[in-house]
Amino acid sequence: MQLNFSAENEQFRREIAGWLEANLCGEFEPLRGRGGPGDEHSYPEQRKAWERELAAGGWTCIGWPESYGGRDASIEQQVIFHEEYARAGGPGRMGHIGEGLLGPTLLAFGSEAQRQRYLPGIRNGTEYWCQGYSEPGAGSDLANVKTRARFDQQRGRWLFDGQKTWTSNALESDFCFVLARTEPGSSGHKGLGFFLLAMEQPGIEIRPIRQLTGTSEFNEVFFDAAECAAEDIVGDPGDGWKVAMGVLGFERGVSTLGQNLLFQNELDEIVRRAKANGAARDPVLRQRIADAHIGLRILRCNCLRMLSGNAADGTLSRESMIYKLYWSTWHRNLGKLAMDVLGPESEILEDGPYQLNRLQSMYLFTRADTIYGGTNQIQRNIIAERALGMPREPRG
Amino acid sequence: MDFKFTEEQLMIRDTAEAFLAEFSGSAAVREQMAAQPAAYDAELWRRICTDMYWQAIHVPEQYGGLGLGYVELLAVLEPMGRHLLCSPFFATVCLAANALLVAADDRQKAEFLAQIAAGTTATLAWTGARGQWSVAGVEGVWSRSGEDFVLNGQWRFVPDGHSAQLLVIAAREAGSDGEDGISLFVLPADAPGLGREWLPAMDQTRPQARLSCRDVVVPARGLLGEAGRAAPLLGKTLDLASIALAAEQVGGAQRVLDMSVEYSRERVQFGRSIASFQAIKHKAADLLLKVESARSAASYAACIAGRALLGDAGDAELREAASVAKAWCSDAYFLTAGSAIQIHGGIGVTWEYDLQLYFKRSRSSEVLLGNGAQHRERIAAMLLD
Ligand SMILES: Cc1cc2nc3c(=O)[nH]c(=O)nc-3n(C[C@H](O)[C@H](O)[C@H](O)COP(=O)(O)OP(=O)(O)OC[C@H]3O[C@@H](n4cnc5c(N)ncnc54)[C@H](O)[C@@H]3O)c2cc1C
Repeated sequence: MQLNFSAENEQFRREIAGWLEANLCGEFEPLRGRGGPGDEHSYPEQRKAWERELAAGGWTCIGWPESYGGRDASIEQQVIFHEEYARAGGPGRMGHIGEGLLGPTLLAFGSEAQRQRYLPGIRNGTEYWCQGYSEPGAGSDLANVKTRARFDQQRGRWLFDGQKTWTSNALESDFCFVLARTEPGSSGHKGLGFFLLAMEQPGIEIRPIRQLTGTSEFNEVFFDAAECAAEDIVGDPGDGWKVAMGVLGFERGVSTLGQNLLFQNELDEIVRRAKANGAARDPVLRQRIADAHIGLRILRCNCLRMLSGNAADGTLSRESMIYKLYWSTWHRNLGKLAMDVLGPESEILEDGPYQLNRLQSMYLFTRADTIYGGTNQIQRNIIAERALGMPREPRG
Repeated sequence: MDFKFTEEQLMIRDTAEAFLAEFSGSAAVREQMAAQPAAYDAELWRRICTDMYWQAIHVPEQYGGLGLGYVELLAVLEPMGRHLLCSPFFATVCLAANALLVAADDRQKAEFLAQIAAGTTATLAWTGARGQWSVAGVEGVWSRSGEDFVLNGQWRFVPDGHSAQLLVIAAREAGSDGEDGISLFVLPADAPGLGREWLPAMDQTRPQARLSCRDVVVPARGLLGEAGRAAPLLGKTLDLASIALAAEQVGGAQRVLDMSVEYSRERVQFGRSIASFQAIKHKAADLLLKVESARSAASYAACIAGRALLGDAGDAELREAASVAKAWCSDAYFLTAGSAIQIHGGIGVTWEYDLQLYFKRSRSSEVLLGNGAQHRERIAAMLLD
């Protein structure tokens, strides 16, 4: 057991750090530290340009196989990449859903033709993806998806009717991966398909939803005879659940790593503010700041354990199962801590009509952390059932 | 970076687990607890020292040890916590041997670490009657008498202090305060003028004692480090010990969680197992999060401790790691043990059922070497002052 990185990988660290220093400047300078969770609406076009810049340097999709444009980077190197990226203040990645979720899904479950068609756009920062799982009636109970997919034999195309909701970045995306019901009358996990849809088409309407931060990152997406080609289904009709669950596994993978350093930046800022405004002398806040520091240190260790132990057979280890519940709760507490450190000033906006500062928007948006990607309650069910072997929840 | 046990470390842990399952079962623990005044099982200690050689696990080979690292020490401490081992192990190895590793010169190491490797029990006394665990909490006093040193005063809460054969004692120069004037001494427990008294305690699995010195003479070769300047050495020793204790706490916390999950699956109320109630499931899930995170914290800290002993990690890094681990593991163990009682219902508060032993150990381990709030304040001082 060791925490050190090999000399070779430290060289890799210098390489990425050097590249970022040389390239995250000029037109990209204003993007530093922007576009993270809660701020995803800002600078979308510039962040896409940055994505292409990264791609040109060979710094997108580094964990993918070389044959698909990646670097075959080891887990250790991916850890280093994400750490250095966050340390440099690299902007929130516009391509993270494609790189972190859809790419690995196609590598695991897609056809060769699908990989050839879709991976280069992700790799090169030219095509962006969103995730179309949740629906008004299918939140935690994702298997309750009602969006219908039927195959039009004459035209040889899949047709979609229904509605998705909470779809992050739908307006900025070229494609959406959609979980839809292929078998009429089926219910639950059976009879679902996993599809790849272009967003720019007459059958799709996107309506932004305004969040408590005043900004809109997620959207309602309506399908009215929306289409995709016959070959744009991943796996067979009926395999949708298996493929969709695979994606959720990737969600807890390396792609979550960069956020640890973003969290560190936030905590550093809280410490600076506390020293400046005297909160650092308040014994209760001192305890809470120290607690946040301890919690973040352990978050990183949980993460490194999870990545060191990633079972080859794809089963989730205990440390993987607690990961989402841990970080979401930690981060939500950090949001409240930030406000308590700022005191009465925390209520005052930078500007009207609703211009939040970084800590305020972090504070508000952390309320979503314990909801998306599986709520805290759902995480606890999963931990109890899968890690501890306790009985499954009864279904209504 | 490979943040998991190696094959060899897994083997060490599994061997420890098997040994302790055999020799530190409930009956053995309860027999130990009943001894008045507390006395350790000499036969078990002999087995540990001759069959397992754990007392010298992280002592360098040149001093008769196995020369393994702190992670290997962690690998045996976790099962010890899991089985509530009643033994002078913690006092001897995690307190006294660490003090010697940190503070002794070569000659002293050769003499005293070799004694420990040969099975001599030992402990460290530093806390005074006020019960402060920090370096500044030292109250006993040293003075000079020619070449020799003379110790006077009281030490309290000394783990296994009444039975240890070798003592490392921290004392301060008369009139000094805070971290000034601290010295460390090593002396045999039968030194003239040294009084030792067992203190009956709520947790009967880790005995504590009071030591008193009345003009106890320590020859110059018993001084560890420089007179009056041992505060950093004592601080480092306490950090190493805190990390060891955190590893033990992980084992105990894991055990009470396992007991609770097992019990909840068997216990039927309202026509279903209580494990099917979401209130119980979610509590158990929260506990697993605490326990797995405790394991991460202790493992992290053990890596840093190993580096610190080799001189590859600085005092500040060690202090941070120790406080991260001790704060988290103390709170996690106490919470888990307390919640375990709740999950068990009435049987959880009986004398017969072993849960109470863990509950008491969780509390005594929380207190020993500083509780969560005290370690958080240490971190706060590093970040904010
Ligand atoms: C910021 C944000 C971005 C998102 N982005 C996307 C996206 O890009 N694509 C996408 O598909 N979805 C997205 N989502 C949707 C997200 O996955 C869902 O919000 C989430 O799964 C919860 O569903 P719900 O909102 O319908 O809540 P519900 O499922 O209705 O839950 C309401 C409450 O009931 C509790 N609950 C539900 N079931 C149980 C149970 N079995 N046991 C105990 N308690 C239970 C929940 O924990 C919660 O507290 C996003 C959500 C947010 C907040």
